[in-house]
Amino acid sequence: MGAYLQAFGAYLPERVVANAELAERVGKTSEWIESVSGILERRWAAPEETVADMGVAAAGDCLRKAGIAANTLGMLIVSSGSGSRGFPGPAAEVAARLGLDSTPAIDLPIASAGSLFGLALAMRLAETQGDVLVVAAEKMSALIENDPNTAILFGDGAGAALVSARPGRWRMLDAVIHTDGQSREALAFDGTGPLRMNGLTVILQAARKIPASIEEVLARQNISARQVAVFLLHQANLNLLTRVAKSLGVGPEKMFANVQRYGNTSSASMLIAASEWAETNPEPGSVVFSAFGAGFHWGAIVADSGV
Amino acid sequence: MPPDSTRRQRLRILVQEVAGKPAPEDEQESLFESGLLDSFALPDLVSAIEKEFAVKVPDSDLNPRKFDSIARMDEYLAGHVG
Repeated sequence: MGAYLQAFGAYLPERVVANAELAERVGKTSEWIESVSGILERRWAAPEETVADMGVAAAGDCLRKAGIAANTLGMLIVSSGSGSRGFPGPAAEVAARLGLDSTPAIDLPIASAGSLFGLALAMRLAETQGDVLVVAAEKMSALIENDPNTAILFGDGAGAALVSARPGRWRMLDAVIHTDGQSREALAFDGTGPLRMNGLTVILQAARKIPASIEEVLARQNISARQVAVFLLHQANLNLLTRVAKSLGVGPEKMFANVQRYGNTSSASMLIAASEWAETNPEPGSVVFSAFGAGFHWGAIVADSGV
Repeated sequence: MPPDSTRRQRLRILVQEVAGKPAPEDEQESLFESGLLDSFALPDLVSAIEKEFAVKVPDSDLNPRKFDSIARMDEYLAGHVG
């Protein structure tokens, strides 16, 4: 027995917000935004569009690609740090809108690393629960104001992945997840007011912890970084992806990147990236997922071509 | 512990190498607030310090305040270099 990734899905809102639109708002230039983040544009949800709306759309896309009906799911995990209320979190609404009335649905409100933690949990739960749908949906545009250090980075969107014990496209080999709450105030959203971020601390910690967790999970499977076909990371910042590649001793082309077009969509970003990557009909090989975010929570998962 | 002028000179060279610009004369000056280093240069600086001084900076010490100026880096190393 084992766990397999069967399919991915994604949803991006229609509205494209280019750097030029944000530049004036934050008192910077488009070129400055691109140089510090690699981001050219991002998507913003419509005012009435919710985290659950986007999550349902990504879930539907994933289920269609997997060729299964929602009522066969054994569990639903919904990651979001930008839900509109404390409780119930968006998992209950996503479950209801998928037509589920008794399937367990849990929230992971831990922001950027949420989808990675969701996959790691699904990997271990699939054998007993059946098919587990991991959904990550974020409306980050609701959490920002005019601070140039944060307003330029974030975008909205949703991703999804189906994990099951049935042999499928990618076999999940191993996962490592970690939490260190010492720096929990470095990146936080208090429920009101804008998101707060100490960029120096976040980048310093992420630049160390992401490669370390990848090396940890690869070492356990006797796989070298150079043997990995693609790295599907949380799309925080293009400069960070390049730095992680350098730390691992691999070329930056190994880092799948779409942060240029969508910005940082927090926990949704890794699954949106995976969905786009899967659409390219990638060659067989090892795949590494990794994310780091508020908390700090971080980790890595390695998978390889399944059946 | 008094400032170590040799160590501070080595730190000054490291800062210049990472920043690609001369380090400030004032050893108390913030390297980040002055714009000499950005957030992506900081991990490089910490790695360079580890290599130069043969120390391992644990994740629990990865606090930008400890590396904000040449003086603060010197103070940090004073407590961690044998």
